[in-house]
Amino acid sequence: MWMTDLPPAFIYYVGALLVLIPQYRLRAAALLTIPILGSLAVYFMPESTRVEFSVLGYDLRPVRVDKLSLIFAYAFNIAAFIAILYSFHIRDRMQQTAGVLYAGSALGVVFAGDLITLFVFWELLAFSSVFLIWAKRTPKAYQTGLRYLVLHALSGLILLGGAIGYYQSEGTFQFDYLGLESIYGALILLAIGIKCAFPFVHNWLTESYPESTPTGTVFLSAFTTKAAVYLLARSYPGTELLVYIGAFMTCFPIFYAVIENDLRRVLAYSMINQIGFMVCGIGIGTALAVNGAIAHAFNDIIFKGLLFMAMGAVLTMTGRINGSDLGGLYKTMPKTTILCIVGAASISAFPLFSGFVSKSMIMSAAIKEGYDFIWLALLFASAGVFHHAGIKIPYFAFFAHDQGLRAADPPKGMLFAMTLAAALCIGIGVYPAALYSALPFSIQYTPYDTTHVLAQTQILFFSALAFVWLNLMKLYPPELPSTNLDVEWVYRRFLPRIATACIIGFETTTNQISQAGSNLSTRVLPPLRKLSTLPSHLSAMVQWTVLMLLLLLILSLSVLIKSA
Amino acid sequence: MNDQKHSLDNPATVKRFLHVFYGVCSVLFVLDFILTRKIEHPFETIPGFYAIYGFVGCVILVVIARGMRRILMRDEDYYNSDKKESDTHRGPHVDD
Repeated sequence: MWMTDLPPAFIYYVGALLVLIPQYRLRAAALLTIPILGSLAVYFMPESTRVEFSVLGYDLRPVRVDKLSLIFAYAFNIAAFIAILYSFHIRDRMQQTAGVLYAGSALGVVFAGDLITLFVFWELLAFSSVFLIWAKRTPKAYQTGLRYLVLHALSGLILLGGAIGYYQSEGTFQFDYLGLESIYGALILLAIGIKCAFPFVHNWLTESYPESTPTGTVFLSAFTTKAAVYLLARSYPGTELLVYIGAFMTCFPIFYAVIENDLRRVLAYSMINQIGFMVCGIGIGTALAVNGAIAHAFNDIIFKGLLFMAMGAVLTMTGRINGSDLGGLYKTMPKTTILCIVGAASISAFPLFSGFVSKSMIMSAAIKEGYDFIWLALLFASAGVFHHAGIKIPYFAFFAHDQGLRAADPPKGMLFAMTLAAALCIGIGVYPAALYSALPFSIQYTPYDTTHVLAQTQILFFSALAFVWLNLMKLYPPELPSTNLDVEWVYRRFLPRIATACIIGFETTTNQISQAGSNLSTRVLPPLRKLSTLPSHLSAMVQWTVLMLLLLLILSLSVLIKSA
Repeated sequence: MNDQKHSLDNPATVKRFLHVFYGVCSVLFVLDFILTRKIEHPFETIPGFYAIYGFVGCVILVVIARGMRRILMRDEDYYNSDKKESDTHRGPHVDD
């Protein structure tokens, strides 16, 4: 079988050539065959396949197949199929090419058995996805894309630094469990952490995903963060630090999600919250917890995709995405409303929907391992996620106050894609055994017993009750056009301002020295001050400077490791 | 587009819907005393623990979020307020 010899990533890379087909419907249909072929390739790939060869004396393993890589590969193929179907109506070749290459790179990451292959696909992931942000073709999207690229290139550089350290100490690039015991382990965790949107490096996600096109965001939501979760599950299971990072990730974004106006940004914050559950599960590290984390990643790809698709449909049809500008759309977009509610029920982990069968595994594992406070935090986050993603998204988009918008349901491709995702959400929720059998560890777990179902239903209904009560008391924060300050303020405002001040100070001083005794400085200063009106260029400059300094740091670190 | 009267426009329907919802909440609360569940954590022995935790948790969430707004909320184009020159980067909007 020829396809078994070909890594699935290359099916996507070669398949990207199909964008050359001139007729746009034919082109979209042809692109749909790529994930189908990709899934077949994965299906026919025997478990424990290894492709290994030597380059310049280094033993590489570009393909390593086991249950862990297989389940992510299936998830990525499904996500790619849904996203391509969703973008069936678009004619923009840039998005189509970037989307296919991006999905292929994610598959490359999950099959990479050595750190060099991983590094290559890691960088391709960043360089292909940034075009999905730029595809919006606005100055804001351009700036956002630049910042996205800088941070992701930085993640790649740190990964490379870690890989060099790993080679120095292990004598090979092939990797499996890494752990935090070594400097290289810590460096690689930091690289993964950036892509995984760990706290303090999470703003690339909340900034760029809402800035992409309606179709671009659907691609973006599926791959980068889940590829990072895959790597955590592969190389850092049972790392206790992850339990606390994960728990923090589940909690802090929900506060932002409650006050955020851009509904796609609400989903971006909600995404960090969901990744928090996965990171926490991986940190706990038992078979049940890691299985739960992986199952949750699989489900999240589908239900988060569905929610982003629903909001993308609203944006496409109305041109608006802020909660303050929307409302009452259920009247003319009934199908989108229902599909969005299915996504909302899934992310909220309602019994019979997909989120329930995976999230409960992580919660059970947290109790079993005695992480009491972590369990309480996860429980709080579960209630919170229902609040902002389960209720707020459908409520402010489709109900709330009728804004007089009379947009129809979106094009058929979008509807089919959303229906497929919704069917998977319900299918997995009703019959979780199919998903469980594909998980890496074989364990017995029954989500549907009185204990779990009653507890989850109670917590959800009483969260909803809190929403109703707060609304009736007029305590619920109204949707307001606003920007909420987050960590990004440091590199978007604070550092550029400092840099501007330093440059002005420096130039003023040199001018004053060169023109000592004359009064010319009064004539020179005003044009210099104009520099401060150029923070966009400056901020890019500052970012690149920071990047270069970090590169230097990594290089010196690797030399340090080498000499040690 | 049609602009017919929709059921949710009628306050009476919304009220009826809310009454059903309150009913379901009450039943769920009472079920705690009827059904026996596996106790994995001592907190779960508190009657109505999940219901109370969910309700109180969400109220606290919203109260804190409102407070955050006071400190963190800025104008909608806060980051772009002094970037007018970046419009020069605008490329053509290509659809095909």
